[in-house]
Amino acid sequence: MKFTRRVMMTAAAAMVAFSGAAQADGHQVLDELHFLIPGGAGGGWDGTARGTGEALTEAGLVGSASYENMSGGGGGVAIAHMIENADSMGNTMMVNSTPIVIRSLTGVFPQSFRDLTLVAGTIGDYAALVVQSDSPITSMEDLLTTYRADATSFAIGGGSVPGGMDHLVAAMAMQAAGEDPTGFNYIPYDAGGAAMAGLLSGEIQALSTGFSEAVALAEQGEVRILGVTAPDRIAGSDAPTMMEQGVDVEFVNWRGFFAAPGLDEETVGNMRAAIAAMYETEEWEAVRARNGWVNIHNPGDEFEAFLENQEQVIGDLMRTLGFL
Amino acid sequence: MLEGLMIGLQTAINPFNLGMVVFGCIIGTFIGMLPGLGPMSIIAIMIPIAITLGDPTAALILLAGVYYGAIFGGSTSSILLNAPGVAGTVATSFDGYPMARKGQAGKALTIAAVSSFMGGTIGAVLLMVFAPMLSSVALLFHSAEYFALMVVGLSAIAAFAGTGQVGKAVMMTLLGLMMATVGEGALAAMPRFTAGILDLQSGFSFITLAMAMFALPEAMFLVMNPARSAQGGSDEDKSGTINNMRFSRAEGRAIAPVIGRQSVQGFFIGVLPGAGATIASFLGYAVERNLATKEEQAEFGKGSIKGLAAPETANNAACTGSFVPLLTLGIPGSGTTAILLGALLALNVTPGPRLMVDEPQVFWAVIISMYIGNLVLLVLNLPLIPYIAKVLSIPRNYLIPFILFFTLMGAYIGQNNSTELLILVGFGVIATILRFADYPLAPLLIGFILGTMLEDNFSRSMQLYQGLGFILERPMTLGLLVLAAFLVVLPTYRAARARNRAKGVADGD
Repeated sequence: MKFTRRVMMTAAAAMVAFSGAAQADGHQVLDELHFLIPGGAGGGWDGTARGTGEALTEAGLVGSASYENMSGGGGGVAIAHMIENADSMGNTMMVNSTPIVIRSLTGVFPQSFRDLTLVAGTIGDYAALVVQSDSPITSMEDLLTTYRADATSFAIGGGSVPGGMDHLVAAMAMQAAGEDPTGFNYIPYDAGGAAMAGLLSGEIQALSTGFSEAVALAEQGEVRILGVTAPDRIAGSDAPTMMEQGVDVEFVNWRGFFAAPGLDEETVGNMRAAIAAMYETEEWEAVRARNGWVNIHNPGDEFEAFLENQEQVIGDLMRTLGFL
Repeated sequence: MLEGLMIGLQTAINPFNLGMVVFGCIIGTFIGMLPGLGPMSIIAIMIPIAITLGDPTAALILLAGVYYGAIFGGSTSSILLNAPGVAGTVATSFDGYPMARKGQAGKALTIAAVSSFMGGTIGAVLLMVFAPMLSSVALLFHSAEYFALMVVGLSAIAAFAGTGQVGKAVMMTLLGLMMATVGEGALAAMPRFTAGILDLQSGFSFITLAMAMFALPEAMFLVMNPARSAQGGSDEDKSGTINNMRFSRAEGRAIAPVIGRQSVQGFFIGVLPGAGATIASFLGYAVERNLATKEEQAEFGKGSIKGLAAPETANNAACTGSFVPLLTLGIPGSGTTAILLGALLALNVTPGPRLMVDEPQVFWAVIISMYIGNLVLLVLNLPLIPYIAKVLSIPRNYLIPFILFFTLMGAYIGQNNSTELLILVGFGVIATILRFADYPLAPLLIGFILGTMLEDNFSRSMQLYQGLGFILERPMTLGLLVLAAFLVVLPTYRAARARNRAKGVADGD
């Protein structure tokens, strides 16, 4: 019964790795870290927290990591929980991303990133506009020409609500190209996968989505990426940026970590140090590559400036679009 | 294709991979029995383990085993405790639970196991033969057709609109549809009917409502009805006695065509990325009820073997079908397949049209592991059924607290939010009162489950066509809507005519 033993051993080893009980080896920065995840198991936030925790513990930077899923209120429940119980949150980091900026602007929850301690932005994903690969549209210019010719039968879809991230990216591109950002027909889907199916079925003419979601399908020859919101072309991909086509749009959907308000400087410093050191480890590289993430490290003060700038840009656009 | 099959067979049959299937099926079945832990969360938990295996084929085989096991495990709690843990097994409880109450728990579990096995296996054959061609079928439906499909699914409520119950069933459905509008809809970033409560921002959760509407009133009924709690139970309640594990040859013949039809129908519904196991199970239930004879129809909702076989076959076939858009297009049609897609990408396998060409061993090994997974589940579960069914012979004073614990845990575990418990108890009380007043609760849950998808697809179509034009402009939408009207009106009309005729005879007319 050789294989059963192997199965059990594999499972046991995996359980150990999963619970993050790996032994520290000398350069440990924090004894334990608790991750608060504002969404359910299996979502993007969940993957980011567990992946980061895995890399930190396996690299020996953190002794052990634990995870807590707390969904509700578009992330608002977890934020409120973190603020209310700030005193007992000494070793807790909450994962979050661009929606915390959008949702506090729209008032989904009353708090904003200013009510929390900023640890660091860690990874990101650029946005992209894509069309079906057999579409006659091959560039941003084509897209705009088609749109100008017949705006009513031209719909751009996305996997977020109107006023959500995918909509905002499409509106930014339209605005940068000199069009009315409120003029086009935006069709919302409840998830990126459903939106992609909508594009491939021909229901919508173009799709605003995350670059990492689009690139896999582009490699398979199903979609064509018209423009990416990165400042330069992304390594390993020949997808053009919006910038190089004269559409002045730069946008990154970041993910990062927050701690409870009023947390002492030393602990926050240790959290930041652990994350900064993580980028150098092969354990992180394995997790990053596995998930197709792009390293965008924004520690401490830079993170604050970055968030304030993003809030400004998104806020202005949402006022133009009439969402604020 | 034969060559591919050989490759797949060689990969899947090696002892390590076989061990993975068995391990996955066992884990999936047992965790799947707990409400609140559906296939999606179990797979999410298993992914780190699968990835440590390093080999994409072994990892996928393990996850496929977990997936099938979880679906199968989910129907167990629907049948025994009326506690459907995932939306796909709600229809299973419609007839599975009444069967258990009639002392046929063992038979119900056997039928569920056999139907699941057949649905999964026939689905795998269809997947194997047609997968490359089916990618275009998957893209056939636009939002307009999905809307119409949800309307057809809604017609499953007709089964609960028996004599004099039509008004009540319609009311409950509308209530369910209304409850689906609570929270922030997918199509507008605006909270609706949340009364400013943050916990309602994302709407009511399925699992909480399912426990409140089905499992909790059952437990309350057991507590409050002294006749039932007496030793041995009354005539109507024989759930403690577990006889006849097997179904007779005649019953086998009766459900065979149901299984055949639903395997194919469920599979094709699963292929559509916007539908899935839940819609497939409701549609299967509605369609089979309409195809049944008049006597059989009266049995639906009261413990019909056909009513159990239909959704069980359809949801398993649909789960297999949902691999079509995942593997051939790289598009996840459901939360579960979205997680599987993430796992595939993490293992450096990019699903899409090129998968079959670039990595045939992965593609074929997945399909072969589906056969093996289904077979393992059947072999594993048939001998266990008598023991699983014995849960119901636990004395009531132990069983009821157990059910209560089970339902509370199910509602809490998904969200880790104690407000869910208050919602659960609140709706549990309302549901118990409604049950005493003889209102059917199933239509409420059907309305709630389909409501969100109905609304999303409807408003998306409205936005694309700038009005209701899509109903007339898209022939398939019109066709499906006509079918839905037919499915609702015909049985009601037949029932009314039968009633009138009966009255006529009684009056000596």
